[in-house]
Amino acid sequence: MSLKLPTDESTLARRDEIVAMLRSIVPGEGVIATEAEMRPYECDGLTAYRQLPMVVVLPDTTEQVSRVLSLCHREGIKVVPRGAGTSLSGGALPLADGVLLGMAKFNRIREIDFANRVAVVEPGVTNLAVTQAVEHAGFYYAPDPSSQIACTIGGNLAENAGGVHCLKYGTTTNNVLGCELVLIDGEVVRLGGKHLDAGGYDLLGIVTGSEGLLGVVTEITVRILQRAECARAVLVGFPSSESAGECVSRIISAGIIPAGMEMMDRPAIHAVEEFVHAGYPLDAEALLIVEADGPEAEVDYLVGRIESIAMSCGAGTCRISRSEQERLLFWAGRKAAFPAVGRISPDYYCMDGTIPRARLPQVLARMREMSEQHGLAVANVFHAGDGNLHPLILYDANKPGELEKAETFGAEILKLCVDVGGVLTGEHGVGVEKRDLMPTMFSEADLAQQQRLKCAFDSKGLLNPGKVFPTLHRCAELGRLHVHAGQVPFPHLERF
Amino acid sequence: MNDVITPKDTKSVERTVQWAIAEGKTLELVGAGSRRTVGRPTQTDLTLDLHALAGVTLYEPDELVLSARAGTPLAEIEALLAEKAQQLAFEPMDCGSILGGMAGGGTIGGTLAASFSGPRRLKAGAARDHLLGFHAVSGRGEVFKSGGRVVKNVTGYDLSKLMAGSWGTLAVLTDVTLKTLPRPETEETVLLRGLDPAKAVAAMAAAMASPDDVSGAAHLPAQVAALMPGAEIAGAGAAVTALRLEGFAASLPHRKSMLQARLRSFAAASAVGPAASRRLWQAVRDVTPFAATGNEVERPLWRISTAPSCGARLAESMANEADADMIFDWAGGLVWLRLEPSADAGAALVRRLLAPLGGHATLVRAPASVRAAVDVFPPQDAALLALTKRVKESFDPKGVLNPGRMWAGV
Repeated sequence: MSLKLPTDESTLARRDEIVAMLRSIVPGEGVIATEAEMRPYECDGLTAYRQLPMVVVLPDTTEQVSRVLSLCHREGIKVVPRGAGTSLSGGALPLADGVLLGMAKFNRIREIDFANRVAVVEPGVTNLAVTQAVEHAGFYYAPDPSSQIACTIGGNLAENAGGVHCLKYGTTTNNVLGCELVLIDGEVVRLGGKHLDAGGYDLLGIVTGSEGLLGVVTEITVRILQRAECARAVLVGFPSSESAGECVSRIISAGIIPAGMEMMDRPAIHAVEEFVHAGYPLDAEALLIVEADGPEAEVDYLVGRIESIAMSCGAGTCRISRSEQERLLFWAGRKAAFPAVGRISPDYYCMDGTIPRARLPQVLARMREMSEQHGLAVANVFHAGDGNLHPLILYDANKPGELEKAETFGAEILKLCVDVGGVLTGEHGVGVEKRDLMPTMFSEADLAQQQRLKCAFDSKGLLNPGKVFPTLHRCAELGRLHVHAGQVPFPHLERF
Repeated sequence: MNDVITPKDTKSVERTVQWAIAEGKTLELVGAGSRRTVGRPTQTDLTLDLHALAGVTLYEPDELVLSARAGTPLAEIEALLAEKAQQLAFEPMDCGSILGGMAGGGTIGGTLAASFSGPRRLKAGAARDHLLGFHAVSGRGEVFKSGGRVVKNVTGYDLSKLMAGSWGTLAVLTDVTLKTLPRPETEETVLLRGLDPAKAVAAMAAAMASPDDVSGAAHLPAQVAALMPGAEIAGAGAAVTALRLEGFAASLPHRKSMLQARLRSFAAASAVGPAASRRLWQAVRDVTPFAATGNEVERPLWRISTAPSCGARLAESMANEADADMIFDWAGGLVWLRLEPSADAGAALVRRLLAPLGGHATLVRAPASVRAAVDVFPPQDAALLALTKRVKESFDPKGVLNPGRMWAGV
């Protein structure tokens, strides 16, 4: 990280007083101030970065959140919001001079409304718990990030979480309808509700994926969907990533949008097969899992089409799941890909770029060259349907310099994604991890406009500073307008 | 009439906005002008006509992506997509019918600025869900971009969402990139006759809660059904509830029989084939029963989004208070409400009845004098209005772009 925020010594000097003020808002165990008890909060899923917060506060009502934020706003204290702490980009990394605002106590499901196909939940409810609360009636919540057993809906909203089924069912932003949002000055606003679309500016749309920089969400309304009648998966091995990529393109050209379409390269296939024994073909260079869901008649038809497309693309092996058990086994390998790689390497660094699908063979070839240059192996799992790539760089943190080498390699991969027309992050967020790479994708003007929007929500820059943006500007400076006086454009412009 | 500036490139747009800032002038943004009468009537110094900023710049069907200059006619984009059996899945509405303009007249920039999505919205998402990225000139006279050309993207704030539905009040869109999707192989529509709005909404909820993958759910009361195209609907002599199934021919008959069996307890179900189904849903999308022919243009038309179950409740309370006609789309969640002319176009009544139900109402059609006197867009509470104003200022601090079109002072 090149940008290390200067620690605000005057805030730190007032720590005892700040803790006391917080205790007057959130009583008892809701304020944590001892080092031992704060230790669990020192990092999130990006464990390479660690920092103890000044103090942890765990409110359990909207009013408490409002009063905590209002206090911090008045006193000029930074705030880092946190859900379950599963961010892979350091989105919840604490600040030494900041309050860590944990939302874990907001863990109630407030309302399930089957007639309108929505659930109203608190942000600390886990992703999977939403599905569990509605599945008795055949419903589920569609976004399914790999961490769904632990990650919370509030964090999902902050990061616009995706998952393996978002090709067909969308990411978080396509599945939330409303939220209650507390602004940094303590003001509470409601965005959306049980209805579709905004009546004014779509502020819910920008709060979703804003990585905790715009406000703190205290209630979320999500859409729930009826589960498809059945689902079947096709497991295909290819002799090259080119032929696998060709198969993906032809499936989409045939007008088929599968429920999921996942790819793995040879190193990932081998790591997974040794771990899970899912029956993956070890002679394949690329493996594709394509899932079709819907009414049985439709699924039968689609898996037949997918199989014939796969064979015409030169598939070496092609198996269609014959039972729900077998379908889950096909997926078990993919879902265990990260821990499987964790078994063959002391450490791994998970990247998250998105590329236009057709560029996959080119990107994989270039990545193999980089892998040799850096002397670090890489295994690839890939949401093939939507172009979201997860290269896992294998390294050993105990060897001096390897973490830095892995980070350099990772940054090169992400720049490559941008060079071929893609983006830095598909679903893990910018956080602290990719913050300094933002200028590879955005101009100064692009970033300044995003930061001006931040100023509209948080003029003092107190919410999660140091995340997303590589340089911090004061709002007054960003708002200054440079007037180009005297330039009359009419002579140059067509008029009628 | 205003003087009109017709830039042909982004640079000219940028210089025009910079000039307006320096001179303290305001600009009205216009594409094809097909939605020009939506919103509060504004007095601007100049009109910025963007129709010459046109042309598709990228279309890769296998990648499901298309980029175009903002002034490109929507019809041109839809024709290009149709050649590759693709479509914009949010089913953009053609406002020509309700506003008295030409059919097929809008631009892609205007489509996104308005963000009026059609019947498939309840399954496939809205215009905002299909805008992957854009380039624009802000009200500060600066070119900026956001998003990209891929679907999975969380790099920075998702400004595409904010641009969609902002009616040109934040920035001038110059280039947009959209997600395209395969056009369904075929479609059919299941019809239920004679239901009142409450029963119809319950039937639509049952259909949406089924695994039959319904992609359109609308209810047309008898007097509205009579104005629809096709003898199956217009000749029914009764209210019609319509449920659309789209997809592969191989599985459609199965899905149709499942859905019909499921709905048997509500009413006997019939069905219409692909051609009649397409006509029906295009008419629902464009709200043709409330077309602005003759004196109809004087009758106010409201677009109301609420929870689906509240659509029926709104109908009940409205029936006691006013002479109203309604079309229910989105399984009851989108209500098109036509009232008789009045000084406030029914604004006080509509918002009073909607308040306990939740949601929002926009006055899409009314005489200019009425639109000048009432809130056309949903009024916002103090905290939200203050935030809205700060967002506007962050893009357009001098209020150069479409000032006052959505709310006074924004």
